[in-house]
Amino acid sequence: MFYREAGDFKSSYPGDSQTFPIRFDRMRYYAVLAVAFGIIPFVINDYWASAVIVPFLIYAIAALGLNILTGYCGQVSLGTGGFMAVGAYACYKLMTAFPEVSILIHILIAGGITAAVGVLFGLPSLRIKGFYLAVATLAAQFFLVWLFNKVPWFYNYSASGQISAPERTFLGVALTGANASAPAKYLTCAIFLFALAWLARNLTRGTIGRKWMAIRDMDIAAEIIGVNPLTTKLSAFAVSSFFIGISGALFFAVYLGAAEVGESFGINKSFLVLFMIIIGGLGSIFGSLAGAAFLVLLPVFLKNVLVGMLGWPTDLAAHLELMIVGALIVIFLIAEPHGLNQLWRVTKEKLRLWPFPH
Amino acid sequence: MTFRLAAPAAAMLAAALATAAPAPAQDLHFPSLSYRTGPFGAGGIPFADGYSDYLTLMNERDGGIGGVPIRQTECETAYNTEKGVECYEAIKGDSPLILQPLSTGITYQLIPRVTADGIPLHTMGYGRTSAKNGAVFSHIFNYPANYWDGASIAIKHLLDINGGDLSGKKIALVYHNSAYGKEPIRTLEELSEKHGYALSLLPVDSPGQEQKSQWLQIRRDKPDYVLMWGWGVMNPVAIQEAANIRFPMENFIGVWWSGSENDVLPAGAGAHGYKSLAMHGTGMDYPVYADMKQYVIDAGKAAGAGDQVGSVLYSRGMYAAMLAVEAARKAQEIHGTAEITPAMMRDGMEALEITEERMAEIGLPNFGPAFAVSCENHGGPGRGLVQQWDATAKQWNLITDWIESDLEVIDALVAEDSAAYAAEAGITPGCN
Repeated sequence: MFYREAGDFKSSYPGDSQTFPIRFDRMRYYAVLAVAFGIIPFVINDYWASAVIVPFLIYAIAALGLNILTGYCGQVSLGTGGFMAVGAYACYKLMTAFPEVSILIHILIAGGITAAVGVLFGLPSLRIKGFYLAVATLAAQFFLVWLFNKVPWFYNYSASGQISAPERTFLGVALTGANASAPAKYLTCAIFLFALAWLARNLTRGTIGRKWMAIRDMDIAAEIIGVNPLTTKLSAFAVSSFFIGISGALFFAVYLGAAEVGESFGINKSFLVLFMIIIGGLGSIFGSLAGAAFLVLLPVFLKNVLVGMLGWPTDLAAHLELMIVGALIVIFLIAEPHGLNQLWRVTKEKLRLWPFPH
Repeated sequence: MTFRLAAPAAAMLAAALATAAPAPAQDLHFPSLSYRTGPFGAGGIPFADGYSDYLTLMNERDGGIGGVPIRQTECETAYNTEKGVECYEAIKGDSPLILQPLSTGITYQLIPRVTADGIPLHTMGYGRTSAKNGAVFSHIFNYPANYWDGASIAIKHLLDINGGDLSGKKIALVYHNSAYGKEPIRTLEELSEKHGYALSLLPVDSPGQEQKSQWLQIRRDKPDYVLMWGWGVMNPVAIQEAANIRFPMENFIGVWWSGSENDVLPAGAGAHGYKSLAMHGTGMDYPVYADMKQYVIDAGKAAGAGDQVGSVLYSRGMYAAMLAVEAARKAQEIHGTAEITPAMMRDGMEALEITEERMAEIGLPNFGPAFAVSCENHGGPGRGLVQQWDATAKQWNLITDWIESDLEVIDALVAEDSAAYAAEAGITPGCN
């Protein structure tokens, strides 16, 4: 009733192939953008930015990146944490070596460097796939963490091996460092997420995305119809690592402000991002965002309910939080093995027919 | 499509957060960024209990500090920097008087933030060592001792038992491969040049349950002494592994974070003779425990399970709380008001003076060193003790008097590292 395509006529091909062909969908998308860029920046405070929204936006970028590789191209990767570390350390080295260059450019270059490293570690994917590739990317994870721990050049020879983001400004507004305001941090991450999600959406429905999906669905058949596995797989690694590198740079520079490779970019991070895309839905943009939201917002929400509202002891709440999140993951995946995105799709189908399902 | 989920989730969270009641004005907020879960919980629980119990004692016995009651809040960080940031952002608007995260990683996150927000941070025996230079680190305090003091005290102890000469000796450092474990390396390297011992480094990845290869290497290299910078689950594993390869325990020295009962008890008799540094006394032989028992423990107001009273890390938590309370008193005295703000608290910490008489009055005679803080020195005197574990009596015995660290070496390193930080962060060092 509220949600239907009847009467929504298209008279051109671009109109027919747009991302949101249904008018209601499109309006809601514009409404979300208007809230995200027109309202939230004016009302956001430090707690919301630093503890809730900024980590969500950054993890969403990482999940988008991994979803391109795993969800669209079918190459399982456990190296996300390592690639985020490449982005973070590249950003740190650039920030400290060229303080006069804009931080936004540094973040983009950090993404580019990560893309190159990703291609390098993507080379084994031409020979191996599935679990074997997962093990090869796991090696990348451990190698990169070891490298950033071992070689003092990467952390500018600081005594503790910690990297700290100095204050950098854009048009006079601090984006990194302790004086960065909540709206500045939020907008930086939101603009990156918006641009990258837009890019991902348009890549995945064009030639490149179709090639990725062809490789994912059956690589031999894809090769027979003329898809070059070398360029296709490596381009997936490059684009995916570019996204993950940017998320790593933002994670270090904008969100945490100081990082240590083993703690911030360890194997746990790889698993966390992988869980995000599995819960959200493989091969879907919305799924990446939904999965990131689920795993970032839910623990904070539970903590605030259990400790803040109910006043329970913090250790009990922390244990319960793990149990509740774990149980919800299992329940969600039993109810809908294809993730939150599929749940959303089914809801939309039902809404289309409502209130006359027969 | 981009923020489809953010809006409903935001509404839910807003509902959850809106109930966090605004603070009543007439109290002193002492938050505790604790960790009672995760691989480091064995160290976090006794510290948090000791910290909380001492503050409860102040409330129950004295009605707070200077007549203003203490309000305690607790936030679980699980030794995780992201959760630490979340906790900090949640409490920073609630005028927290002093933060003690008990995590070097979280400390590094917080140093720029607390300086910008004007909240004092006390990292007792951990954190960034060069914060000792108060001219650069205006809001960071790490009295009474820091990691570099610890490294130097351990070497001084070895010098004492070797007749003042360590040349040709081999010393291995087993350390948690993180900011925490890496801190002493620079000092140990400087000291190895000065005293002529050979230093080998053996990193253990967090959390530290897997150390077979490191101890195999120790067995092969046969170092004369092993130093350890471990925390949480890493400590009992290391001590067990050392016992397994029959490494002579009296030649194995841990930093003060590797010297609690929880670390040595799992290895049983094998841990007999293990040494660790200490920055304060331990045990129940202090008059303060009579009040603690009357007002807190027997009244059923003890924090946590109440089973940690008198242990090493409980004592440390209590010591941290005691220093915080004394700093608050000092701040009240300086500013002439009982309801102090974080900025006043900072002044109190900078002017803090702990004397033998004051410690005796509190009921903790000779518990810690007597010292005075100044703007130039936020790090205290840098003195420590060495304690040794007696596995049959199941207790720690102090085997040395206070040992002074080698300030000639350390102060030079502090000046160098803090100057590097000042240049990186754009701070003009200065005391007002």
